[in-house]
Amino acid sequence: MNKPLRRVGLAMMAMMVLLLGNATYVQVIKSDDYRKNPLNRRVVLDQYSRERGQIIASGGEPLATVERTTDRLRYLRKYAGPAFAPVTGYFSTVYGTSGLERAEDDLLNGSDDRLFARRVSALITGRDPKGGSLQLTVNAALQQVAYDKLQGVNGSVVAIRPQTGEILAMASTPTFDPNALASHDVGEQQAAWRQLNAADAELPLLNRSIAGLYAPGSTFKLIVAAAALAEGKTKDSEVDGRPVITLPGTQTPLPNFNDSNCGNGVTATLQEALAKSCNTAFAVLANELGPEKLRRTAAKFGFDDSDLAIPMGVETSRLGPMKDAPAVYQTGIGQRDALVTPLENAVVAATIANGGVRMRPHLVQKILAPDLQVISETDPDEVTDAMKPDEARALRDMMIESEKNTAGGGKLSNVVIASKTGTAEHGEDVKKTKPHAWYVGFAPAEKPEIAIAVIVENGGDAGLAATGGRVAAPIGRAVIGSYLGSR
Amino acid sequence: MGSPVPGGEGTPLAAARGGAPLAAGGNAPSAASSTSPGLTPPTKRGHELGLLAAAAFLVTIALILVEANQEQELTMNIVWLGLAYLGLLSVAHLAVRRWAPYADPAILPCVALLNGLGLVMIHRIDLAMKDVELPGGQVWSAAAPKQVLWTAIALVLFCTALKVLSDHRTLAKYGYTCGFLGLVALVLPGVLPSFIAPEINGAKIWLAFGAFSIQPGEFAKILLMVFFAAFLVSKRDLFTTAGRRVLGLDLPRARDLGPLVAAWLVGVSIMVLQKDLGSSLLFFGIVLVLLYVATERAAWVVVGVVMFSVGAVVAWKLFGHVQIRVQNWLDPFADATNKGYQIVQSLFGLGTGGLFGAGLGGGRPDQIPEANTDFITAVIGEELGFVGLSAVLLIYTVLAMRGLRAALSVRDTFGKLLGGGLAFAVAFQIFIIVGGVTKLIPMTGITAPFLSKGGSSLLANYILVALLLRISDAARAPKTTPKPRPQQPAIADQYTVMVERPK
Repeated sequence: MNKPLRRVGLAMMAMMVLLLGNATYVQVIKSDDYRKNPLNRRVVLDQYSRERGQIIASGGEPLATVERTTDRLRYLRKYAGPAFAPVTGYFSTVYGTSGLERAEDDLLNGSDDRLFARRVSALITGRDPKGGSLQLTVNAALQQVAYDKLQGVNGSVVAIRPQTGEILAMASTPTFDPNALASHDVGEQQAAWRQLNAADAELPLLNRSIAGLYAPGSTFKLIVAAAALAEGKTKDSEVDGRPVITLPGTQTPLPNFNDSNCGNGVTATLQEALAKSCNTAFAVLANELGPEKLRRTAAKFGFDDSDLAIPMGVETSRLGPMKDAPAVYQTGIGQRDALVTPLENAVVAATIANGGVRMRPHLVQKILAPDLQVISETDPDEVTDAMKPDEARALRDMMIESEKNTAGGGKLSNVVIASKTGTAEHGEDVKKTKPHAWYVGFAPAEKPEIAIAVIVENGGDAGLAATGGRVAAPIGRAVIGSYLGSR
Repeated sequence: MGSPVPGGEGTPLAAARGGAPLAAGGNAPSAASSTSPGLTPPTKRGHELGLLAAAAFLVTIALILVEANQEQELTMNIVWLGLAYLGLLSVAHLAVRRWAPYADPAILPCVALLNGLGLVMIHRIDLAMKDVELPGGQVWSAAAPKQVLWTAIALVLFCTALKVLSDHRTLAKYGYTCGFLGLVALVLPGVLPSFIAPEINGAKIWLAFGAFSIQPGEFAKILLMVFFAAFLVSKRDLFTTAGRRVLGLDLPRARDLGPLVAAWLVGVSIMVLQKDLGSSLLFFGIVLVLLYVATERAAWVVVGVVMFSVGAVVAWKLFGHVQIRVQNWLDPFADATNKGYQIVQSLFGLGTGGLFGAGLGGGRPDQIPEANTDFITAVIGEELGFVGLSAVLLIYTVLAMRGLRAALSVRDTFGKLLGGGLAFAVAFQIFIIVGGVTKLIPMTGITAPFLSKGGSSLLANYILVALLLRISDAARAPKTTPKPRPQQPAIADQYTVMVERPK
C-alpha cells in the first residue's frame, strides 16, 4: 500500500505546487493589473482613509484641510471655497483629483519619497502615514479679490511676483465648489458632477489661467517690441504709422483701431505705436523682423515651452506656423494662429518688470512634513534673460505711456502702472464674435512688485464693443491696487 | 495486490523507517539496531513543546501587529492572551505526552499555528467589520470570542479522542456504524425542517441551535472516511481476486462494490441537493484516493475522474448555481459587481497584497464578502502577501505530509488507509478552497481547516488530527513486546498486521 500512498503524496505536492504557481501568477505577475483595476476600491479607500496633507496659502490660511469623520473614509476634505478651486483642484472618491491635489498627490497622500523617513517610522509604529502639506505662494486675500472682480464674467486673473516667479493669485471663472466633489456622499458628488458638466455649463472645471488658450491680441505687441529693441531699435525709432495697410499679396485690409492715424499718419515712434496700439506699425515691424526672430524672442519669454509645470501642467503658448507674409503680419498683432495662456501673458509682463529676466512661475512655496516642519523650499529659478536690462527699461517706459493712453475705470492715482491692453478677435467671423479683452501689466513701474494678466472672455457684458481697456483694465487695476494697498 | 510478495506492505526501507531514525536520535550505541531490547526510542515531546511555544509566539506577534495597525490600544492583555493560548496548547501537548507519547512532534505545532493565525484573522476581520454599515442597520457580531470558545471545546474533544481511542484499529470494528452515522449526519440537514436546518447562503447544510449552528457534514467526512477505510480493508481480497476484466480493468464483484457505490452516490447526491459543491468535491476526492490506495490500481482513478467529469457536466447542465460558479471562474470580470463580485474582490485583495502584503491589519477584508470563512485565505494573501500565503500553504503541506508519513510507516492496512485518507483530506480541502479563491478552479464553498470561522470545522479537524496523531504514535512507538528478531529473514518484517473482524 505504500506505493500508492507515495503517489498520493506526490499528488498532494503537485496540488500545492499548482496553488503556489497560481498564487504567484495572481499576486506577482497580475498584481499591478488587479491593484490598478478601477473596480478595485482598496487603493482609493486606503488613500481616502489616510490623513491627507493640507494646502495653505502664503499667509498660512487653510485652503484645503481634512476633517475627521466617523464613517469609513475617516477624513473629509474641506476647502476654503470656490475662489481657490483653480489652485487646489478637487479630491473626489468617484472622480479622482485635479489641480494641486493631482499634481502633488504623492506628497499630499504621504507616499512621496521626500516623506520616506517619516513613512518608515510610521511603518514601525503601525500608524497610517500622514500626508505632507503644501504652503503656496498664493496670497489668499489677493486671490479672493481677483475672484470677486471676475464675478459675472468668464475669465482669468494671474498675478506673479516678478523677481521670484511666485504666483500670487490665479483665479478663473466660472469655477466650482470642490467641497461638493469631496463629499463622502456619492449621490451629492454625482449631482455636483452632473451640474458641472451639464451642456449649458460654461466649463467651470476648466482652469482658464493655465489651460485656457486665447489669441493674445495686442498684448503680443510687447513681444514684437522686445524683438525690435533687441534688433537695435529704440523707443524713438520710426515705424509705420499708416491708418490702414493691405496684407501683401491679398486684398485684405489691416486697419488700426477705428482706422485712426498712428503718429503723423505716415510714421510714428515705436513708443507711440505701442501706446496707441497701432496694428499697422506692429504688423509691418513683425514682417521686418521675420518669423524666426519673432519665434526666438517669444520663446525667450516662455512661448513653446511644453514642459512648464507649476506643478500642474500648463498649456503651451504658441505662435502658429506663420507660413506666409500675411500670417506674419497678423501674428505681429497677436492674431491668426498665436495662442497664449493667461499665465504665460503674466510671465511676459513679469519678465519685463524683472528687467528682462524670466523667472519660472510656481505655486508651491514650501513643502511641509505632516508635523509642518519644512522639508523643502522652492528657490526662485531664473530661466533665461529674455531682454537686456536697458531694453526692458525702454519697454517699461513704453508700457507706462500705454497705461496713460488706456481708458477704463479704476485708475490708481498713487501708483504708476506699466501695462498693455489687448482686444483679441477670434472665431469664424471676427466681426460678429465678441472679442476677448486682455490687460497685462505690472506695478509700481519703477520697482515692480506684482505683474498681472487679466482676460475677460468675449468681452464680458461689453459685447462687441469690448476693448481690453474698458473691460479688463479695471479688473487688473483693482487687483494691483488691492495688492499694493495691503502691503 | 501489486506487490509480488504476499501481504507485503512496502519495502524494507519502509520497515526501517520506524526504527532507524529512533536509533539515530537515541542514546543507543551507533551499532545497535532499533530492535535493541531495553532501549526506548525518544518521544521528541520536547521538540513539540518548543515548536508549540514558537507557534504561540508567532500568534502573539501577529495579534500585536493587528492591534497596532488597527490603532487599537496596545496593552499587556495581548501578552496574557498569547500566554493563555500557549496554556491551551500546553493542555493539548500534555494530552499527547500522556496518551500518544510517540506521535509526530511536528503535527500539533502546525495545527496550533494555523488555528492561532485563524483566530487572529477572525479578530482582525471583526475589527474591520464593526465599522461597516451592514444592510438593514444590523450590527456586526464579533466572531472571534465564539471561535475561541470553539477552540477550547475542540481541544477538549481532541484530548478525549486521544484518551478514549487508545488504538486506532478499534475504529475498524465500528466501520459500518461510522458509515451509517456519517450518512445520517450528511442527510440530516437536508431532511429536517428549516427552523432547525436553515438554508444559509443557498446551502442547506447547517443545524441551528439557538445562537450556535453546526455542520454535521464536517463530521460525516471523518465518519465516512473511517467507514471507507474499514470497508476497503476488509474487502481487499475480494477487490483483487474476484471480479471480471472489462476493458483491461479488473472490476470487483458488484455485490462487494455495492455498498461503496451506494454510499458515494448518496453522499454526492445529497451534496448536490444541498448545493454544497465543495464538500461534494472533497468527498469524491477522498473516496477516489482511498479506493486507489486500497486497490493499488490507477485504473480506478481514471474511472473515477471520468465519472466525476460526467457528473460535473450533468450538474452544470441541470443547475443554475453550478453554471454561475463556472461562469465566474471563466470570467469573473464579466459580472464583476454582481455575481462575480466575491471572486473579483478576492483577486483584487490578493493582487493588492502583492508579494509582501499590506501588512497584518492593513488590508481591506471588509471588501470581500465571507472574509472570515471561505475567503479567509484571500485575506491572508492580501495582508501577508504571496510570501505569507505561501507560508500558510507550506504549513498545511507539512501537516499533510507528516500525516502521510504516519500512514506510510504504520503497519496495519487500516491505519495506512485511514491515515492516508486523513492526510489527503487536509491537502485536498486546502486545494479546493485556495484554488477557488485564487481562481485556479471554480469557487466552491468550503472551510480552510483550522483557519476559517466555524465550530464544526474546528471540532472535526481536531478529531482528524487526533486520529493522525494516534496513527503516528502507533507507527513510531516501540513494540510493547520487543522481540529481538535478527535471525529472522528480513522479509518477515514486512508482514502486515491484518485487521481482525470483531467476533
